[in-house]
Amino acid sequence: MISLTELTLNTTAIVQDVQTEGDNIALTQRLAALGIRPQCQVCVLRKAGFGGPLHVRVGATTEVALRRHEAVQILVMPIAESRRE
Amino acid sequence: MTCHPDLTAPVKTSPDIQRIALLGMPNTGKSTFFNRVAGASAQVGNWPGITVDLLQTTVKLNGEVVALVDLPGIYDLRGTAEDEQVVRRFLREQPVDLAIAILNATQLDRHLQLVLQLRALGLPLLVLLNMTDEAQRLGIQIDVPTLAEQLDLPVCALSAKYGGGYFEAYQAIAHSLAQKSSPATPLPDLDAKLATQGEIAAAEVETLLTATVTRPTQFAPTLTQRLDALLLHPIFGLPLFFVGLFATFWLVWQVGLPAQGAVDVLTDWGQAQVLEPLVSGLPAIAQSLLLDGIWTGFATVASFVPLIVLFFMLMAVLEDSGYLARSAYLMDALMARLGLDGRSFVMQMLGFGCNVPALMGTRTMRSPALRRLTMLVIPFALCSARLQVFVFIIAAVFPNGNGALVLFSLYLLSFAAAFLTAALFQATFKNDEPFVLELPPYRWPTGRQILARGWGEVRQFLRRTWRFITVGCVAVWALTHLPIGATGLDTFGGQIGVWLQPLMRPLGIDPYLTLALIFGFLAKEVVIGSLAAIYSVSEGTASDQIAATVTFAQGYSFCIFCLLYTPCLTTLATLWQEAKSWRFTLLSLVFSLALAWLSSLVFYQAALLIEGMG
Repeated sequence: MISLTELTLNTTAIVQDVQTEGDNIALTQRLAALGIRPQCQVCVLRKAGFGGPLHVRVGATTEVALRRHEAVQILVMPIAESRRE
Repeated sequence: MTCHPDLTAPVKTSPDIQRIALLGMPNTGKSTFFNRVAGASAQVGNWPGITVDLLQTTVKLNGEVVALVDLPGIYDLRGTAEDEQVVRRFLREQPVDLAIAILNATQLDRHLQLVLQLRALGLPLLVLLNMTDEAQRLGIQIDVPTLAEQLDLPVCALSAKYGGGYFEAYQAIAHSLAQKSSPATPLPDLDAKLATQGEIAAAEVETLLTATVTRPTQFAPTLTQRLDALLLHPIFGLPLFFVGLFATFWLVWQVGLPAQGAVDVLTDWGQAQVLEPLVSGLPAIAQSLLLDGIWTGFATVASFVPLIVLFFMLMAVLEDSGYLARSAYLMDALMARLGLDGRSFVMQMLGFGCNVPALMGTRTMRSPALRRLTMLVIPFALCSARLQVFVFIIAAVFPNGNGALVLFSLYLLSFAAAFLTAALFQATFKNDEPFVLELPPYRWPTGRQILARGWGEVRQFLRRTWRFITVGCVAVWALTHLPIGATGLDTFGGQIGVWLQPLMRPLGIDPYLTLALIFGFLAKEVVIGSLAAIYSVSEGTASDQIAATVTFAQGYSFCIFCLLYTPCLTTLATLWQEAKSWRFTLLSLVFSLALAWLSSLVFYQAALLIEGMG
């Protein structure tokens, strides 16, 4: 199990756990509403330069930008290598 | 497009008409739906205790007048964001006859959660599946009748943007309202209900999805993916962003500012041809009050109209296309350190054209702290009006061709002041909302959306600011024209200029220039004209007068002060309207005055020191 920041680009993974700092319920709820909750599929599409945010696809049709600080708190398990076309 | 409700009904909020509330997550096209239904009749409603603007309108459905309220987009009914608290407060205190949940049909996996939350509250509920055209393109099939049956709620498919499905939606809404037997009541126990309701089981959503939605196993690469590969590219993304920003800025500059000039010509013409002959019989002082006080206020407000319309048409394009959210992604690495986000940067840059619409544009940011910090920073953007003053002063005081360098240094100072302010206040206005921003697919904004935005914003601007600006203009008029017959330093304003000398002399700013700064509070464009009036000479010779009496260091100190102190009355009025807080407006006013004074002091004293040594 690795954090979302460590996931290789364009690799699909399944969210295992969202361990927010100090049990931040607001963050857990917001992430869940955007589809980031245990058992859902995520894929990091790109990372912004200079330590900027990650561009993540959640499920099949939602895309979000989230900061590395938040992404570290999301634990995932990679399932398959999907090659970039 | 199939049908339109009758829009002639006037807006009123009598308790006996039925009320419909629009609910949904952000980026569902909820406001597009509302705007299409409301047309030009949308108004900002007044709700006790609610400080966020809620648009409302009345429509005629099957001969029955009903009120429609557009509630802010929310992710979770239990959430802690301001918008989520506003929605809860509204539902606790206001009776709702029908709640309409608008969902994005391409993202039912996320949006059904909210429907289940609402349904559990026992609110009369109707579901609109929006963006069905997009779902179709992606190959997503939704079995609407089965969904309605399993949810035990009426469900309609719709395309809010292009108008498909409206007629059926109206029918369903009217039908739902007609079925109601008991009058609506608020939900005072909403919070308790939400607490006992707990987490909506993911399995329940999953069961619904399996039964009603068919999705292709593999999505073909979309246009959005191809565009993002370029526009969010790690190397080319930022340069492209700056090119886009420049193009936007160029349009404001090339179209908006000349349009502002055209309005000025028009109001000047009106003054000379209509107003002046009309008031010529009145005593001189009354003429002056009407022309230089009240009419100036009117002309000031009018001159902002074309700029605001254009600005918000551009904003509609940026926002509805999905690019504004992406600019936040691109600029976040830098802006996060200042407690801001990329959208703040876009507003700040547009503030270089004009601060007023840039302040209004911060409404896109839904976190109050982030928004306030951005609003505090924007007035330091060197706007086009201030530029005119600087060009004039520079030409007078720096005749040796260093003008460009001087102007450039002022732009640098403008940036420095903005960064400093953000750094100083980021702890005060601490944005504790998580940065998790949806990046919606790229969409073509429709002409209808663009025009509606430009018109809607300018209407709000006019309605809200004209009183403040008229009062301000009359006040400044009194300072600069009274006592009767006084000119220059003999006016109240001039006396204040003299009286303020202990404060202003250390900055190298004489009473004449202080008086010009008092004029400049009205609008920076006025400064040049006022200098001519103050020195009682024509505008051309005012420049010689300044060249003769103002040194290099004094001129630059004046420019620094002019750049940093209160931008203009219209900006202040907008700030007050947008923040809805006197304290915040006062903070902005006092802070910028203090910063201006300190910066000018440091510069001028340092300049004197260096001169003394040389």
